Amino acid sequence: MLKTMSMKSVLVSGAAALAIAGQAQAFEQSRSAECIAPANPGGGWDFTCRSVGKVLTDLDYIKGNVQTVNMAGAGGGVAFAHTVSKRAKDEALIVAASTATTTRLAQGQFPGMNADQVKWVGTLGADYGVIAVGKDSKYTSLSQMMDALKKDQGSVKFAGGSASGGWDHLKVLITAKEAQVENLPKIRYLAFSGGSEALVQVVGGHVDAFTGDISEVKGFMDSGDLRVLAVLSEERLPEPFDQIPTAMEQGISSVAPNWRGFYVPGEASQDSYDWWVNTVDELYQTQEWKDVMVKNGLMPFKKSGEEFTQFVKNQTLDIQILSKDIGLIR
Amino acid sequence: MGTIELLMQGFAVALSPESIMFALIGAILGTLIGALPGLGPANGVAILIPLAFSLGLSPTSSLILLTSVYAGAMYGGRISSILLNIPGDEPAMMTCLDGYPMAVKGKAAEALATSAIASFIGSFIATIGLVILAPILAKFALKFGPAEYFALFALAFATLGGITGKNQFKTLIAAALGLMIATVGIDISSGVQRFTYNSLHLFEGIDFLIAIVGLFAISELFFFLEQHAGDGLKQVALNKLKLTAKDILFVLPASLRGALLGFVSGVLPGAGASLGSFVSYTLEKKVSDTGEFGKGDPRGVAAPEAGNNGAASGALVPMLTLGVPGSGTTAVLLAMLISLNVNPGPMLFQQSPDLVWGVIAALFVGNLVLLLLNIPMVGVFVKLLSIPPKYLMPIVTLIASVGIFSITGSAIDLYFMVGFGIMGYVLRKVEIPLVPVILGMLLGPEMEKNLRHALVLSDGDWTVLWSSGLSIGLWVVALAGLILPMVFGKVLRSKMKRSKDSSAA
Repeated sequence: MLKTMSMKSVLVSGAAALAIAGQAQAFEQSRSAECIAPANPGGGWDFTCRSVGKVLTDLDYIKGNVQTVNMAGAGGGVAFAHTVSKRAKDEALIVAASTATTTRLAQGQFPGMNADQVKWVGTLGADYGVIAVGKDSKYTSLSQMMDALKKDQGSVKFAGGSASGGWDHLKVLITAKEAQVENLPKIRYLAFSGGSEALVQVVGGHVDAFTGDISEVKGFMDSGDLRVLAVLSEERLPEPFDQIPTAMEQGISSVAPNWRGFYVPGEASQDSYDWWVNTVDELYQTQEWKDVMVKNGLMPFKKSGEEFTQFVKNQTLDIQILSKDIGLIR
Repeated sequence: MGTIELLMQGFAVALSPESIMFALIGAILGTLIGALPGLGPANGVAILIPLAFSLGLSPTSSLILLTSVYAGAMYGGRISSILLNIPGDEPAMMTCLDGYPMAVKGKAAEALATSAIASFIGSFIATIGLVILAPILAKFALKFGPAEYFALFALAFATLGGITGKNQFKTLIAAALGLMIATVGIDISSGVQRFTYNSLHLFEGIDFLIAIVGLFAISELFFFLEQHAGDGLKQVALNKLKLTAKDILFVLPASLRGALLGFVSGVLPGAGASLGSFVSYTLEKKVSDTGEFGKGDPRGVAAPEAGNNGAASGALVPMLTLGVPGSGTTAVLLAMLISLNVNPGPMLFQQSPDLVWGVIAALFVGNLVLLLLNIPMVGVFVKLLSIPPKYLMPIVTLIASVGIFSITGSAIDLYFMVGFGIMGYVLRKVEIPLVPVILGMLLGPEMEKNLRHALVLSDGDWTVLWSSGLSIGLWVVALAGLILPMVFGKVLRSKMKRSKDSSAA
């Protein structure tokens, strides 16, 4: 039994070696793939896996099916550890990631792990940060609000859906830093367990300002209960958000995309990595994916391969520096 | 959009074949679980949550399934109360008082039918109450700032023991245990990890669902192993049903009164169904007793059943609108919603009208199903009562394990589940109630968060906690909820016991 097994594996690996030597470009992706969503069903990562998986199979990139596996825990840490330690060579595995992943990596919240342990494939869009106030607020522009913060860091209190030091909190700090507000740790941030909870508090007039993503504010923006002071993107967003000024326009160069993308295991072959990068690139151009983006309010944001890897490195570094500034990490 | 239109849309969701199927399954399973002595609605929902997860149901379907289980358990509780004088669950205790004497007189079928109708009226009226009150409260919830929420959570804890709670001290221990477990994981207000010992599996804290399934379902298994409870309950023969329109009209006023009282006590956080059935029975006795109560008066069966079913729907009001459970079972439902990434609270009505109104409409449908199930088919449930638990428990354990595993796909969670099972077993042995543990776990972090937010907003001024009329009102009710049971609780309990003893004699 043992003998036949090893014979077989010799044959298989031999054949594989031949195939690689023969035609390095034509990497054959296996029939079925797996996408790990590092959270319970219903959240952003789960959505990323399921929608990408569907388009991948619909367009025949993957012949079989793409199974979404929910692996919640430690804000993506359990899935990251699983990928690094148990699936390091798996070529048919992608893992959903977002800015929350880089934030936690930067702040050392995945103990003993870092961004270099996996390969970063690419992004498929982003949800841009916003800063908003209730309809009765005295602030009508972001610069006004930042001026108030310059005089007194405690004068505006922010509510957001991430933990202290999380992405929603960092957005405020990035913006304040760009606006030359000093003494950042003194800015008050109230952490809620979700964007909608934070919004209710701002709309209800209990907290001054909301920090979150554009996809979260549409309901209250339409009802007129919420005034969005700025969107943290490089350019104005497409309709129906084209009336919202960017922070850049108001002289504050704060850009905060919450990107949606993937990484693959660190020891997956270069060929398989290239296959995923190409596939994601092509996928992004398809009408099918454009429809998914429109339907779910995802904004254009495209980086892949080498460029994305560099972007992740820079973002991690920026967050690290900022987190040290505010005393969150040492 | 008006409430009626939204409700109609809800019916469109609830009347889809899929929803009707889940409502039906939930109603049958719930009635069965409610009928089995010892397994209350909280256990029932806890045992079936894993089922929803392992089937990969959508939030709406899961909630329809589990609210039907919840409603079904409320119906089912009466069956063994009436036939065996053993309440199927705590809220069905009052039903024994007149239900069993009726059965003794050879009117078991009438008692079951009357109580099914009363249950239906109770649920129906309370669900209408839910339709009217919930959207109003959801709008009103915008007025709740951190200080008001803190007072509301304090109120939920204060009324935890409730009037029927036996030992306030043990309730306190249980709640404290829940609070302690809840501190594990990241503290979102500071971003610091607490009691996680660098173990990734503890970073997000301990999942409510694992704790719930362990505490309720797995501990049940241990009890079963200990007792070798292999045999089912004895078979009871039913007489042929003779129920006229006159009989129904006779119990109608009692049912209506019971429904309203039940609804009100259900809406109060922490009070719940036991209080609903108790108050309804007591009041009905005051109003219409002609010496027949306790000897098999049908109104004495109708009132508490309308009361506890009314309370069951009422308890959904604070859960859906404020995210604060009104009872143990709604706490379990709340935990499930959170795990499905659905955040109960005022935003739920804006963001997921399909879910909210679908579930409310499903309650109406489920009730109709339950009424139909419980009158002609009550004999089937009576037979099911005699299924030996040796066949039931392995199924329960299997469902629990598969379900928990399918939530995160991690074997570690199964160890946690068994750990909580052992904890539940020990706690039940020393008669510490389990529901406050769950409430502590659920409400603790929220209460802490809101306290800290209130203090940040006021720049450290503690008086902010009672600076608005709303928060003062909540504090007053909380104090009343804490002190009244201590004063009157003893009297009421002895009264309850006396009336039960006299009926048994």
